[in-house]
Amino acid sequence: MESIIRTEKLTYSYAAAEGEASAPVLRGIDLEIEKGTFVAILGRNGCGKSTLAKQFNAILLPEGGRVLVSGMDTLDEALVLEIRRRIGMVFQNPDNQIVASVVEEDVAFAPENLGFPPAEIRARVDEALRMVGMYEFREHAPHLLSGGQKQRIAIAGVLAMRPTCVVFDEPTAMLDPQGRADVIHIIREMREEYGVTVVLITHHMNEAVYADRIVVMSEGGIAMDGTPGEVFGQVEAIRALGMDVPETTELLYELNKAGFDLPLDALTVEACAQAISRAL
Amino acid sequence: MRTSSAAAEMYHFDKGMNQLTPIIQTEKLTHKYGVGTPFETTAVHDIDFSVYAGEFLAVVGHTGSGKSTFIQHLNGLLKPTSGRILFRGEDIHAAKETIRDIRFRVGLVFQYPEYQLFEETVYKDIAFGPKNQKLSDAEIDDRVREAAAFVDIPDELLERSPFELSGGQKRRVAIAGVLAMRPDVLILDEPTAGLDPAGCDAIMDRIRAYHQSGGHTVIMVTHSMEDAARNADRMVVFSRGTIAMDDTPDRVFARDEELVKIGLGVPEITRVAIRLRELGIPLRGPIYTVEQAVRALCARKGGGADA
Repeated sequence: MESIIRTEKLTYSYAAAEGEASAPVLRGIDLEIEKGTFVAILGRNGCGKSTLAKQFNAILLPEGGRVLVSGMDTLDEALVLEIRRRIGMVFQNPDNQIVASVVEEDVAFAPENLGFPPAEIRARVDEALRMVGMYEFREHAPHLLSGGQKQRIAIAGVLAMRPTCVVFDEPTAMLDPQGRADVIHIIREMREEYGVTVVLITHHMNEAVYADRIVVMSEGGIAMDGTPGEVFGQVEAIRALGMDVPETTELLYELNKAGFDLPLDALTVEACAQAISRAL
Repeated sequence: MRTSSAAAEMYHFDKGMNQLTPIIQTEKLTHKYGVGTPFETTAVHDIDFSVYAGEFLAVVGHTGSGKSTFIQHLNGLLKPTSGRILFRGEDIHAAKETIRDIRFRVGLVFQYPEYQLFEETVYKDIAFGPKNQKLSDAEIDDRVREAAAFVDIPDELLERSPFELSGGQKRRVAIAGVLAMRPDVLILDEPTAGLDPAGCDAIMDRIRAYHQSGGHTVIMVTHSMEDAARNADRMVVFSRGTIAMDDTPDRVFARDEELVKIGLGVPEITRVAIRLRELGIPLRGPIYTVEQAVRALCARKGGGADA
């Protein structure tokens, strides 16, 4: 498989206050993200996952080691624009990501900056708005939309660049259950229907369940790396890292303690219910 | 020990018997934004609501349902367009002095409260509320140390800048700032948003401890049905500016289809139980926590027909 992002012995630390040693945030990360996959990154607050995400499109640059995006080194200034075109970022707060007063103008912001002709911009904006299910709202004012709708507009703004990969940094943290479900649905669809590579940073374990692969970070390094089944199956190890498992796994785990013999990798509601019904 | 649903039953019972006055009550509370402009919108409409001393209440609803507007009335931060808010039976807007006192008795922790930390040191930030209460320096010192210890902020952090702390620590300092006023009612808007699971557990554990210490009342706005299920005696569901449901968690979660229709959901564990019932496995009782599910399934496995 072709890799879209590769980090090699990546280290990074933020500038420290005078007289204090700067603590490394990333301690030699080797990570390869394959094109077309959905990778979830989990970890405690302060473990370095957002710092890592910002290395993926050259918002931050390596202190040691390097980051390659489709083979392009993020340290090469001449390649930064091309790298950012391929790797889009969506952040936690949709209000900070919306710049225009009309939805379609907001989504057109990036393609306009990339200098595309008007017809091309129109086509990309319409396509992006359809992908997130907000085409009917194209002439609305973003500030009158709900949090979830605003976040979908922010996603459309990134999709209008037709990126190879989109990195989501806690995109649902500020959303209500419906907004959260909508955004996760779009993320899954991006990967399944359009083949966009997805990197999702989240604190919600039940969102990570849909990933092809979960990377758990701890103290600037990678602590676990595997399929959701493999990672969440290690209930004690996950908890020791200050993380939790989805309620489905917790139920299966507790039932096993009470004498059942259930597979811990039945993560979705459907798989969990099926596994239990077979055991009864 | 009382179970959480039994507690809610008791309060409802007492309400009927008129033995307890609500600690906070609203009568036909309506709030409109932009009155007299073309953008006039009614955020909350005609709300009759009561919370009783010692209750742990979860307020849920989708974005824009009016829940945040509503709770900001409970300590007088917003003034109703019409209707009244009563604290222990008295109109909080009846006199200027009352409203000042209410701010200390009803502590409100905003969403992302750590963005509002502003002092040079953690100590000064926590001391801000008690200082406004015009307490003596010795009393302020007691309050600050007590509140910091309560949220597990060690003494050595008190002289640090709040901006040097981790996200979870900042959130706890912000909560300590409200607890230092020793409010009778603690209202929190999305207290765990954006925190990692261990950070969420730490905050929820402290909120529960506050609730259990001295019969404090807690009103928690949350998007997490799991947090509501695990902690609340009673749930108030907002939809389109009114209260759509007001009941114990088991009765609220029993209306799962309605919840989904108003943009909410049920805990994941409830969805597993619903699916199991569809698969022909009748499980007894309300199921919205992992413990309830384990109990029901073990009973079913071991007990046969009775389960």
